[in-house]
Amino acid sequence: MPTFVYMTRCDGCGHCVDICPSDIMHIDKTYRRAYNIEPNMCWECYSCVKACPQHAIDVRGYADFAPLGHSVRVHRDEQKGTIAWRIKFRNGTEKNFLSPITTKPWGQAIPKLADVPAPSKEMRDSQLLYDEPKSIRLDDGGLHTLQAAGLTLKKGVVY
Amino acid sequence: MFSINPFAALSATLSPAVMQAYVVVMFLLVIAGTLFDVVHKGSAKYFFQNMRKSKAKGARPLGGGELVSIAVQTAVVDVLASGEFCNPRRRVAHLLGMYGFVLYVLATVVMVFNPAAGAIWAQLWWLGGLMVCVGGYWFWFFIRVDVAAEGNSPFRVVKADLFILSMLASATLGLVWAATGGGAGVWFGLYILATTILFGSVPWSKFAHMFFKPAAAFEKRVTRADGTAENLPTQTRDDPEQQKRHSMELLQNAPMDMGLGIKREAPRHY
Repeated sequence: MPTFVYMTRCDGCGHCVDICPSDIMHIDKTYRRAYNIEPNMCWECYSCVKACPQHAIDVRGYADFAPLGHSVRVHRDEQKGTIAWRIKFRNGTEKNFLSPITTKPWGQAIPKLADVPAPSKEMRDSQLLYDEPKSIRLDDGGLHTLQAAGLTLKKGVVY
Repeated sequence: MFSINPFAALSATLSPAVMQAYVVVMFLLVIAGTLFDVVHKGSAKYFFQNMRKSKAKGARPLGGGELVSIAVQTAVVDVLASGEFCNPRRRVAHLLGMYGFVLYVLATVVMVFNPAAGAIWAQLWWLGGLMVCVGGYWFWFFIRVDVAAEGNSPFRVVKADLFILSMLASATLGLVWAATGGGAGVWFGLYILATTILFGSVPWSKFAHMFFKPAAAFEKRVTRADGTAENLPTQTRDDPEQQKRHSMELLQNAPMDMGLGIKREAPRHY
C-alpha cells in the first residue's frame, strides 16, 4: 500500500521529495508539508520512509497479511551505519531487526563524482557508460577473472 | 537612538495607561487564541489520550523523577536549543527568531510599564528586533522549502505565512518607527496594525506552535523512554547487547560515528 504522511510530524524538509524514485512525494503548496501526490504510482520502496528524519511517513500494510493492529516501522540511523526494523503483530508478537547499511564512513569509499572531470563530447557520444572500459576491463584480452583484473573480493557491504 | 525608550517619548501624545492596556489586551488575546485553538483542534485531548495509551503499552513504567528529567531535557534541548531541527541553517534562523522575539516582547513590556527603565532595555529591544529581522528574513527569502527547494517566488504568500509575516512586519515597522524618531505617526499606526495582527490571529496562525511544540517534544521523549517509541525501533548499535548480534559482525571495527549520509547536503535535487 502506498505511503502517507503524518502531517503534524512532517516539517517540510524535502528529503522524501529528493529521494523518491517515482517523484511522487511533493510539498503541499498551502501547508508546506510533504504528501504523496499519486498513491497508485507508489512502488512501496520505503525510500522516503527511511529517509524521513522526523519519522513522519508510514506505509499501510496489505490487509491480507497485515491486519489491523499491526505495525512495521523503520529507523535508518546513518550516523551509526545501521537500519532497524520493528515489526509488531496483532497478537502482540514483536520482532526487531538491526542490520548494517554501510561498513565504512559515508563519503570515503564511493567515487566523488564532483571531483571527476566532466566527460568530453566523444565520451558522451560513445556507447560506453561512465568509467567504461576501465571499470569492466573489456579492453584487456584473455580470461577475465577478478585476480587477472587485479581485483579482490571485498568482504562486507562496500558503498 | 539605541538607548532611548521609544515608548517614553510616545507618552507625550498617548497616555501610558492606554499603552499598558494595549499590552494587556494583546496578552489576553494570545491566551484566548491559544485556548480556542486547543479546544477547536482537540490537541490537549489528543495529547493526554496519547500519553495514556503510551503508559498502557509501555514496556516499563516511568517514575516521577524520570518524568522530571525528561521535562528538563525537553526544555534544554528541544525548547532552548531548538533541537528538533535537522537543518542547521533552519535551526540557527529559528534560534535568532525565537530569542529575538523573546527579547523584543520582554523589553517592550518593561519599557511600556516602566518608562524610566534603563537604557539597557532599549538596547535589548533593538537587539531583539534586529535578531527577529535577521532570522526571519533569512528564513523567508532563502531557507524555507517553497523557495529553497520548490523554487517558488519568495513573494508568494499563503495563510500559513500569517505568523512569520506579521512577526517580521511588527519587528521591522517597530524598528523603523523608532529609527524615524518615534511619535504617533504613520509608522506607529502600521507598527500597531502589524502587532495587533500578530497577537490577534493566534487561532489562524502558527503562533501557538511555541506552546504545542514543547508538549509534542516531551511526549516523544516519554514514549522513547517507556519503550513504546510510537512503534519505532529502539535498538541501536551503541548498545553492547546489540553489538553481539550476528548482523552487527561487519560493523565490529567500524567507528560509532559514520558521519552524515544523505544529510551531508541539503535536499534540493528536485
